[in-house]
Amino acid sequence: MYVAVKGGERAIDNAHAWLAEERRGDARVRELSVAQIREQMTLAVNRVMAEGSLYDPDLAALAIKQARGDLIEAVFLIRAYRTTLPRFGASRPMDTAAMACDRRVSATFKDAPGGQVLGPTFDYTHRLLDFKLAADGEVPFAPELADAEPSKDTPHIMEFLDREGLMQRDTDGRTPPRDLTREPLELPATRDLRLQALTRGDEGFVLGMAYSTQRGYARNHAFVAELRIGKVAVEMDIPELGFAVEIGEVELTECETVNQFAGSKTEPPQFTRGYGLVFGMSERKAISMALVDRALRWEELGEDNLGAPAQDAEFVLYHADNIQATGFLEHIKLPHYVDFQSELELIRKLRREATADRGAHRAAAE
Amino acid sequence: MTQIEQDKNAPDTVMSDYNFAYLDEQTKRMIRRAILKSLAIPGYQVPFASREMPMPYGWGTGGVQVSAAVLTPDDTLKVIDQGADDTTNAVSIRRFFEKTAGVAVTEATAEASIIQTRHRIPEAELREDQVLVYQVPIPEPLRFLEPSEVETRKMHELEEYGLMHVKLYEDIAQHGAIATAYAYPVKVEGRYVMDPSPIPKFDNPKLEMAAIQLFGAGREQRIYALPPHTQVVSLDFEDYPFEASKADHPCGLCGAEDSYLDELIVDDEGGRLFMCSDTDYCAARQAVGHRGSDASPTLEGVA
Repeated sequence: MYVAVKGGERAIDNAHAWLAEERRGDARVRELSVAQIREQMTLAVNRVMAEGSLYDPDLAALAIKQARGDLIEAVFLIRAYRTTLPRFGASRPMDTAAMACDRRVSATFKDAPGGQVLGPTFDYTHRLLDFKLAADGEVPFAPELADAEPSKDTPHIMEFLDREGLMQRDTDGRTPPRDLTREPLELPATRDLRLQALTRGDEGFVLGMAYSTQRGYARNHAFVAELRIGKVAVEMDIPELGFAVEIGEVELTECETVNQFAGSKTEPPQFTRGYGLVFGMSERKAISMALVDRALRWEELGEDNLGAPAQDAEFVLYHADNIQATGFLEHIKLPHYVDFQSELELIRKLRREATADRGAHRAAAE
Repeated sequence: MTQIEQDKNAPDTVMSDYNFAYLDEQTKRMIRRAILKSLAIPGYQVPFASREMPMPYGWGTGGVQVSAAVLTPDDTLKVIDQGADDTTNAVSIRRFFEKTAGVAVTEATAEASIIQTRHRIPEAELREDQVLVYQVPIPEPLRFLEPSEVETRKMHELEEYGLMHVKLYEDIAQHGAIATAYAYPVKVEGRYVMDPSPIPKFDNPKLEMAAIQLFGAGREQRIYALPPHTQVVSLDFEDYPFEASKADHPCGLCGAEDSYLDELIVDDEGGRLFMCSDTDYCAARQAVGHRGSDASPTLEGVA
């Protein structure tokens, strides 16, 4: 019935009311608090903070609750909120060497100053469903070192290779980095912009891209020189005071990969670096980011363009953002009947002409 | 680890206060600069730092940002999607501006000072004091011929549009006609090839108008424009001239022969009703007594 296209306003209100009811679920089951999500769904909260580009565990938890656990929807809520926030200024570059590490592992050295610290990792758990967790949620005792030393700076493993001159030197970024969220992305994108796009890019997309390099599409053979997770202080220069003040701390995952590089006409053989830095405990993302970063550096390192997807900065940067991707993908469910109508007319016309042509041919043949 | 027990953000994280038309003034200024530049170079796609909006990319974030940047408290806003004021997304965008800007809204084309549209140009002729804002999904007319933005920007720079003509020629060779029914490419003032957004090619001749036309692509971070009375030519060949086409019927409700029509399936036998896509145009005609063949008060007249 042609009345079906009417009544958009009421339909929208009713849909929202139903959505709110569905979000709550069975009212006999106790409602989740934002604090519960923040404390017990931490890795989801971390992902929403990383891809939402906003470090606020409480808001990320609220977004997850509001989005019914749809993490991309939660990222979207955070992004839409973030974009309304005033910009006071920029922090000083964060010193990840001063990180209070909860976890720190190196795959390239058996031991190094600062040691290997497994931390709270899934790595060596056996993936067996823990039915006890369904019954009670009792926390087993996690032993602590009796006389733990106060944490001191943990030097980056790369530094040791650097001192030997085996590492390719990254150019010192003296110009302040540009801001992907305040300027349109234009190509070619410098490494600061590429890294920004990757750190807020969709975890699944960046993972898939990184995996493709491992399987041979622009293989660059990465070793995880170091993966560290912990809290780092955020400092800001206050012009009125003339010195930097610590304004808070954020949890970060940092991954540095060391990659083979045969050398070029201008450079002797040396190792090169891929870099990943992500909000929260986000190991998979940080490692993926480092691999893709390294793949995207082919041009500045004088490597060949193998035509691999992970080497194509335009392809990677334009498709990594899940908010852009999901928006455009899902918009095809919106009304398109004007365009479809014009296609309908065109195809009817073309078919009419084609049938007439065939008829004419047949008549001529007879 | 768990020193914070209270749920400090639960009740009061709801934003209660918006700037006029949602965007902050800095952002509006940035968008206005892009708009001015786009008006200065008709048809040229100006990059702008598109913001995340509280509606998804693909829902008209580009158009919404452009509207927000040009809207003043004295404006009267009309929002259409597929030509209609009552489609869900048009309703949603209109509400957004009612809520965040408190401007007057209207469904009457003649009463609006700003019209945001998706996929249609209103049938009624627009005036000098009106602004038409388009929502644009893919601003690049060459995108489906060349996926790389780096390449297409270069092609515009060099005015290298051979690829587009080859595509149109191949259409004719293969189908006997140019097989583009909407988002039909145009050339602006003899310089830039431009995507008029996915309007049906029926609307292309209307692109030369008295009103200012602004095109916003949020996800792709581009704004482009047509100043009043800009020359806009639909690409074609001398022996295969451009043809604005529509369904070969009058409107079933108002009897109009000159308006773009939606085709509705109205019964299980596949019966069809053709009606104006521009709901305001159709309603206005019916109000002054025009009747189509399906316009009986009951639905029994519907074939």
